[in-house]
Amino acid sequence: MHELSVAQALVDAVESLIEQNGARAARRIRLRIGPLAGVVPALLTSAFPLAAAGSRCERAELDLIEAPIRVRCQTCGAESEAAINRLLCAACGDWHTQVVSGDELLLERVELDLQEEPQEEPMETLNYGSPP
Amino acid sequence: MCDTCGCNLTPGNRQFAYKPVEPSATTVSVLKGLLQKNDDQAAHNRAHFDARGILALNLMSSPGSGKTALLEATLAALKDEFNCAVIEGDLETENDAERIRAQGVQAHQIVTGTACHLDAHLVHDALHHMQLDGVDLLFIENVGNLVCPASFDLGQHLNVTLLSVTEGDDKPAKYPVMFRAADAMLISKTDLLAVLDDFDPAKAEAHLRELANPAPVFRLSAKKGEGLAAWLAWLREQLTAQRARVAQGRTRLPKIQPDGVRLHTA
Ligand SMILES: Nc1nc2c(ncn2[C@@H]2O[C@H](COP(=O)(O)OP(=O)(O)OP(=O)(O)O)[C@@H](O)[C@H]2O)c(=O)[nH]1
Ligand SMILES: [Zn+2]
Ligand SMILES: [Zn+2]
Ligand SMILES: [Zn+2]
Ligand SMILES: [Zn+2]
Repeated sequence: MHELSVAQALVDAVESLIEQNGARAARRIRLRIGPLAGVVPALLTSAFPLAAAGSRCERAELDLIEAPIRVRCQTCGAESEAAINRLLCAACGDWHTQVVSGDELLLERVELDLQEEPQEEPMETLNYGSPP
Repeated sequence: MCDTCGCNLTPGNRQFAYKPVEPSATTVSVLKGLLQKNDDQAAHNRAHFDARGILALNLMSSPGSGKTALLEATLAALKDEFNCAVIEGDLETENDAERIRAQGVQAHQIVTGTACHLDAHLVHDALHHMQLDGVDLLFIENVGNLVCPASFDLGQHLNVTLLSVTEGDDKPAKYPVMFRAADAMLISKTDLLAVLDDFDPAKAEAHLRELANPAPVFRLSAKKGEGLAAWLAWLREQLTAQRARVAQGRTRLPKIQPDGVRLHTA
């Protein structure tokens, strides 16, 4: 539904980080999404390339981390895991809880490419994490 | 392996040395809502409302749950008591705004075309077509949709979510993001309960509580004028509260702001 506007906002946020850090491009973007944020990860994944086209995020990999839902009970103080449509305290069953995690939409980390000019080696062949 | 410290740099990718944003820097500079632009505009809209002592309400529901009918009944009851104005969000037509104008109440229509929700910029554009001075209550009828409208702050103070009895009493469990955002839930078209015995208002309310939402629940029929008194009393109460806030230079955010994010930034 509105995932394209979220993707556009994401690209804007990363572009300003690129600017602030004097970097050339973003290589990897990690976003933390709670199930209660109202954003569907699969739709965001497909909207991202559209929003990033022509920007310095174009080649970035998008990692979406799904946050667990946790609530804190205002009655007994316990903190517990909860389901998206049952935000009840697991300890005492009360509904007077506060969501402490699970509704976030956070740009957690961005890996930036600080190189001034692109090297001969094309970026597509890069393989992070495993030695060549 | 560890992708926070740069230890996975290899001879093959060293020339692309990347700079991870420090976790501490993340919380300061990066940890902000991705919808920041919308939120900034929403805050600006709210400042327009607060400067004039206006209480702004955002009405959300599925298509056809009775938002416009509720507005017609509400305005008929309140228009002599308060100065009211309405912003209508619709995919295509001017019909809803015309229904409101027929009551002699100022209405501006936002025709969204294909957009499935209003955002703060659309509302700001609408404000420039309206006479806001002297307005007490501003109603914003959002596009009929139980999904995205809940994610966009428009600058309103309160969210009102309608659930008509023809939709099923389990809607809060199916659309938790929307119903979590409600500052009040209206069970609408209650005149139809007589013929729809499978809708249980108590169950609808229980599903709302399971979302940890303490919002008041009003049962009403705009068509038959039933149950309107409690809703109208709540509106009067909320306007009084808004005036008290304005007098103290404070404002009120609708339920949209996720608790979690606030806790993370604290
Ligand atoms: N029986 C009954 N019908 C109602 C009631 N309120 C609205 N309706 C009918 O429901 C239909 C939709 O009502 P609207 O007020 O246009 O609903 P809406 O939510 O504004 O619709 P959209 O703007 O298209 O999303 C109309 O045919 C109304 O006459 C009610 O209290 N009882
Ligand atoms: Zn508890
Ligand atoms: Zn309508
Ligand atoms: Zn939408
Ligand atoms: Zn303005």
